[in-house]
Order: sequence, then structure tokens, then C-alpha cells
Amino acid sequence: MHDVESVGVLEKKYSRRTFIKGVIATGATVSSANYLFRGPNILGAATLQSTTERLLTLTVNGQERRVDVLPNETLAMTLRYKLNLTGTKLGCDRAECGACTVLVDGVNQYSCSILTHQLRGRSVTTIEGLENADTGELSVVQQAVMDEGGFQCAFCAPGFVMSMTAMVANNPNVTREEARVALSGNLCRCADYDKILNCAMRAAELARSV
Amino acid sequence: MANMKDMIPAFDLVQPTTVEDAVDLMKDAGDEGWVLAGGLDTFDWFKDRIKRPRVVIDIGGIEEMRGFRDEAGGIEIGAMTTLTEVANHARVRSEFGVLATAAEHVATPQIRNQGTLGGNITQDTRCWYYRSGWPCYRAGGNVCYASAPLAMNREHCILGRSRCVAVNPSDTAPALIALDAKMVVQSPRRRLYDAEDYFIGPSVDITRMTVLEPGDLLTQVFVPAFWANSNFYFEKVRDRGSWDFQLVSVAAAFRMSGSTIEDARIAVNGVAPYPVRLDAVERLVRGEAASESLQNAAGELAIQGTRALRHNDYKIVMMRNLVRRAVRSVAA
Repeated sequence: MHDVESVGVLEKKYSRRTFIKGVIATGATVSSANYLFRGPNILGAATLQSTTERLLTLTVNGQERRVDVLPNETLAMTLRYKLNLTGTKLGCDRAECGACTVLVDGVNQYSCSILTHQLRGRSVTTIEGLENADTGELSVVQQAVMDEGGFQCAFCAPGFVMSMTAMVANNPNVTREEARVALSGNLCRCADYDKILNCAMRAAELARSV
Repeated sequence: MANMKDMIPAFDLVQPTTVEDAVDLMKDAGDEGWVLAGGLDTFDWFKDRIKRPRVVIDIGGIEEMRGFRDEAGGIEIGAMTTLTEVANHARVRSEFGVLATAAEHVATPQIRNQGTLGGNITQDTRCWYYRSGWPCYRAGGNVCYASAPLAMNREHCILGRSRCVAVNPSDTAPALIALDAKMVVQSPRRRLYDAEDYFIGPSVDITRMTVLEPGDLLTQVFVPAFWANSNFYFEKVRDRGSWDFQLVSVAAAFRMSGSTIEDARIAVNGVAPYPVRLDAVERLVRGEAASESLQNAAGELAIQGTRALRHNDYKIVMMRNLVRRAVRSVAA
């Protein structure tokens, strides 16, 4: 009885069409809306599209992943909170620190500053995708970091490793000075830059010998 | 610390694939629309909740706005071409080196991999009072916090102030002015602007940095062949060796006949709310050899009319010296 009454109240306030649209919207966002928005206004017609997740197929680390994505969701958030690829770190969330660096079609970019919806049809590589999926063998950059022990706290390490991966792929004959420029988009608060550059040079050396 | 609560406020996202569609969508959205190119200016505004558009028009899927097209009279560069692509492009490097060098000096590799040429020249000012959401003139208010008595204005302007004292932050803008580039704007009517006319000061419209009004889209940048293979000079002075905006930058192109400067174009940025073309200096050096006295005269002429704020008088000296150095670069 109570249920019927509620529906009656709703019908007075909303047209049937708005009501159905509202139900669709709440249904679609129920998984994330509670913690995404401080003051959710899910039923408002003006925000209808903007709060609806849409299904995207992303290529992440060579696998096709189907994931519901909001229009205003950054790649870092999709990776960390929806795909559980938490190797990608969020430091500043302002395209300044480089902790969130991933490869998009082999090019290093800040995943905090690109919308996941902009990546339709493109291939994303995160730190989790660097080792050989079959053998578990580390990539040359990962091996170089192990060899040289480049990082202190290592919160910035995944970002640095991704930038180094793009760097050695572009130019395995990189000089220390060029490496300095290639890694200038990543910050290390422990200021381990010298050791990180040792890693970069070691990675280039390993890449040349492969 | 970033966490899931740092979600960008909601907006509708539209992703057109042609310029026509983009312009239509921009027209529909009007003042509530926002054009998203590389996103490196955009997302700071959104995350800080200072700009909250209803509709975001992502122009990243428009193929005709990407890449390079060789034409008889020059080279056409799509506005959505990334700065890395501009810096690495063979013809840009060999014939229009000043543009490649300027693009190389932007921020960090990741930002150059994502940031676009069109976005770099169209980005908003970095005045931190304005960027922090203070209701200044540029934000529609009636005060300038950066020129108030105790304001921190070390990075602000020494020329062209008109209520607002912010500076244009672009590295590629002065290079494009030195190359006499043309900006192609679609709205849906197609218009062509000289590079130096593309940028506007606060006396024209204090809320905009460029001629673009809501509904206007910069689609291409055309670099004419006239200044190809000239003697170029680019220098950007910044606080750090990388990852910083300019304090002052200079870009220059000289056409030489022996040791005589036949023709020149010189632009500086970081000194005014728009990149400044130094046409008086260009007239001074035309037909002369770049002697030490000419270098000095060029520097002195460049800083005519400058006026420092409380903390930025160093910029006057810096601008003078950079213009001197630009002229010195073609000394015999």
C-alpha cells in the first residue's frame, strides 16, 4: 500500500517521461554517484546526461576492458577506482607532478588531465602492463630500477618508470642531459634525481643490448 | 590529496568530428559552452571550481584540425597538433626553427605530448589572483588584486596595462608573430587574423586574451614561407630550468644580406597582457649592420613606455637585454 502511494506522489510531480528518465539516470549512476558528488542532484533534468555513465571499451595493457565512465571522469580515476590499476598514482591532480604518467599509444601523458572519454580507440599502458604478461619478466626500465635502486619513498616511481619507458623507446642512445629533459615532467620530493638518472642511463644501456 | 571526491563538477560532454559540427554545438551552447583542446588549461579551471560550463565540446576528434599541410606559400598547421609534433616536424625544424624551439620550451614532455599549438596560443593568463578565483576585473569584478599596494606582482606586466596587469603566458605566440603567421578562425564564417592581431589587450576586452568570442574556433595556423630559413633567435627566461612559464621571452626573425639586416620581425612575451610586436625596433634595425651601438639602441627603444609594478622592475632590464641579444645574434 505504501509503495503505491509513493508512486502516486511521484506521478503528480513528474511527467511519466521525466520519471522514467530519472530512474534510468539513478540506475546508471548508483554504483558511483554516492561518493562522486558532494551534493548530488541526480534527478534534475539539466544534469541528466552529465551524471550518466556510458559504457566504453578501453584498451588497457593490451586487454580490452569494458567500463562505465562518466563524462567528467579522468583516466587516472578510471584506472585507479574502476579498473583497480592502482599502480598509477595521483599526486597533485593538476598536471604538475607526473606521478600519474601513463602511456597513450606509446606516448607519455598525465592521466589526471585527460578525460577517459577522450581515449576511445586508443591504447593505454600503465605500470602494471610493463612486465611480460606470460613470463613475468621485467621490462628493461623496471630491471634498471631494481639494479640501481633509484628511489627512496618511490611514490613517484611509477610515473618516472613510464616516462623512462617512453624515453628509451624513442631513443635508446639518450645522453644523461637528454634524459634530464625527457624526465623533466616528473617530480621527486625525496630529490633522488641523480639516482633516478642513473636508472635512466642503465635502462638505456639495457635497451641497447636487447 | 587527490581522491575520488576531487571529481570535476559534472558537465555534458560532446565530441564532434568535424569543424562544422563543433561550431554548431558551440553556437547551441553559447556562454555555457567550453571548448576542450589539450585540456591543460581547462582542467585546472574545472578542478578548482572556478569555471563551470554546462557543455564541454571536445574537439580532439576533429581530424582536419590535426597535422601539417604543405602549401605553396607556406605550411598550415592544425590547431590540434600537439606541441611535440610541432617541435619534431622536419619542415618546421628546418625552415621555421624559431617555432620548433619555442614549442620545445613549453612546460614538460608530458604537457607537450598532450598540449596543442592552438591551446598554447589561446590559453588564459596565469595571474594567480585571477586563477584562484578572485573577483578581479578580468573575472567580471571591479578591482585588480595584482596591482594593489601589497600585491605580489613579480610576474606581471610592464606594458599595455589597462586595469588588468596580467601577462600572456604562451611560448609559441611570439614565435608565430616573428614568422608573420596567420590564424584561421571559423565561426561558421572563416576569418584570417595576423598573429599579432589575434591577441587582444584588456583595453579591447578585459575578459578575453584573444579575438575568439563564444562560438569562434581557431582551426589552423598558417605559417607563410616568406620568413622561412631566416636567421632566428628565441630565448625564454624563467625561474627554473624547466617546467615554468616565461618571465620574459623574445622571438625574432632576421633576413640578412651580408652583414646588413634587410628585414626583421621581433616579438616579446611576458611583458604585457598580449605578446608585443616591436615594430619600432624592427624599423630601427632595418638596413643596418648589427653593431654594438645598434644592439644597445634596439634594447633602449624596446623598453620605451614600460612602467614597472612594485616587484617587477627587473623585467624592464630583462626585456632590454633580450632584445639586445636578439640583435646581437646576427652581428658579423
